[in-house]
Amino acid sequence: MVSHVAFWVLAVVAVLAGAAVFIVNSMARASYALAVSFIGVGLQVLLLQQNYVGVVTILMMVMEMAVMAVYMIMFMGMNPALMPMSMVHDKRHALAVSIGVFVLLAAGTLIVPWPTRRGTPPADVTMTLGEELMGPKMLVMAAVGVVMAATIVAGVVLAAHQTRYDRFGDDLRRRPADDPQPGGVGR
Amino acid sequence: MSDPSVTVVPAFWALGAAGLLGLLASVAAIVDGLLSARAAGAAAGTGWSRPAGEVARLMWQRRRATVAADTLLWRTGGAGLLVMALMIVTVVPLGAWTLFDLDVGVVWFNAMDVLAWAFVWLTGWGANSAHALVGGYRFLAYGLAYELPLMFALVAPAVAASSLNVGTIAAAQQGLWFVTWMPLAFLVFCMGVLAIAMWGPFSAAVAPDVAGGVSAELSGVDRLLFLGGRYALLAAGAAFAVPMFLGGGAGPLLPAWLWVLVKTLALLAALVWLRRRLPVVRPDLFMEIGWVVLLPAVLLQDLLVAGIALARS
Repeated sequence: MVSHVAFWVLAVVAVLAGAAVFIVNSMARASYALAVSFIGVGLQVLLLQQNYVGVVTILMMVMEMAVMAVYMIMFMGMNPALMPMSMVHDKRHALAVSIGVFVLLAAGTLIVPWPTRRGTPPADVTMTLGEELMGPKMLVMAAVGVVMAATIVAGVVLAAHQTRYDRFGDDLRRRPADDPQPGGVGR
Repeated sequence: MSDPSVTVVPAFWALGAAGLLGLLASVAAIVDGLLSARAAGAAAGTGWSRPAGEVARLMWQRRRATVAADTLLWRTGGAGLLVMALMIVTVVPLGAWTLFDLDVGVVWFNAMDVLAWAFVWLTGWGANSAHALVGGYRFLAYGLAYELPLMFALVAPAVAASSLNVGTIAAAQQGLWFVTWMPLAFLVFCMGVLAIAMWGPFSAAVAPDVAGGVSAELSGVDRLLFLGGRYALLAAGAAFAVPMFLGGGAGPLLPAWLWVLVKTLALLAALVWLRRRLPVVRPDLFMEIGWVVLLPAVLLQDLLVAGIALARS
């Protein structure tokens, strides 16, 4: 009973907070409305007794919103981010796409014949998840990790205006590098 | 897997845990008051009453308002630190008793400490004041540098005990405390606690050179909650270090719960004392130290711990 009530309350909170992302007029409010939505989802995963996945969802999403605030300053500049602004762009197309996706997913949940449960959940789901990721799926996970790290580095390199020639000079021999923000270990 | 040696107490004991956390935070504030009085050359007696006087002053003070403040986010951020500290102590076993015997307690601590990123930045943002926002971004710069080393420092005890449950980790070090063979992970963990509480070397986010930074515009009850939250985070961090690195309730003569309190108080006093012993590190310089020095060092520590754990099993 209690978990039913908790599930529905969290579901409503997650959906409303998700909707608030597009209604509020400040980037800070939008970011943290999204965080609240994800915290709701993370707590629902806890209700499914997937403790590790639930807690990690909360951890990653809260951190991600803070990192978003960093990117907001790095790449958007201070002024637009600090002013009240609309959180929606290209409303007509976005609305069409989002309604289409919603109909597709909702139809999927209704039409697909749900499989019945085979077997029983293991006693320690966290351990089983870890064995699954680190055992037979290790290669996939390791490859995905490298690809994600490379994507992040490539994204920052493409977005940053400074190149290695700015840092190390035309012949790449200048030491220490000429950085606008000097590092702490004197490289 | 949860540990059978830990008993889950009924939920109403959460009030007791909150009271205990409040007591520890008050002790931290009094120790800091005594040390400030000594540093200022005042009589020691003035240090005892300093925190009480400050609480009374802030309760009485009128709230300052700023133009176009985002009040919702501002208040959420200011009160959030205290909530974080309370959530952390729910998974810390006091001897044989725990409030919340979560199988992934270590990840829980990590998720709660990451909330500081949100709450501190929101406190800086909400006031709509330049100095406060600068403070908020200083904290995020620290965060980018300390969070990954802190995460990998938490990995070491979990690997050694083959569990993410805090009670099991405490039980795994009955013979030898983890701090003795993973000292680097312990030091990085303590650094993380100082950083979350914006304390001592990591106080640039609330530093006087930006008029108090994140706390520049906080006044009255809001300031009291924020300050109290910082002390409570120090206390909660010290309390979490006890089952992770300091053997939990292990110790001679005294009962386990008392040992937990004694160790927590000792570590808490040391953390408070450090405030006047270490210089403030600049967030921009610390970024590179975190990534180039601390992260590889703590990864080596994890490798060593994993090797020893593998050899022992």
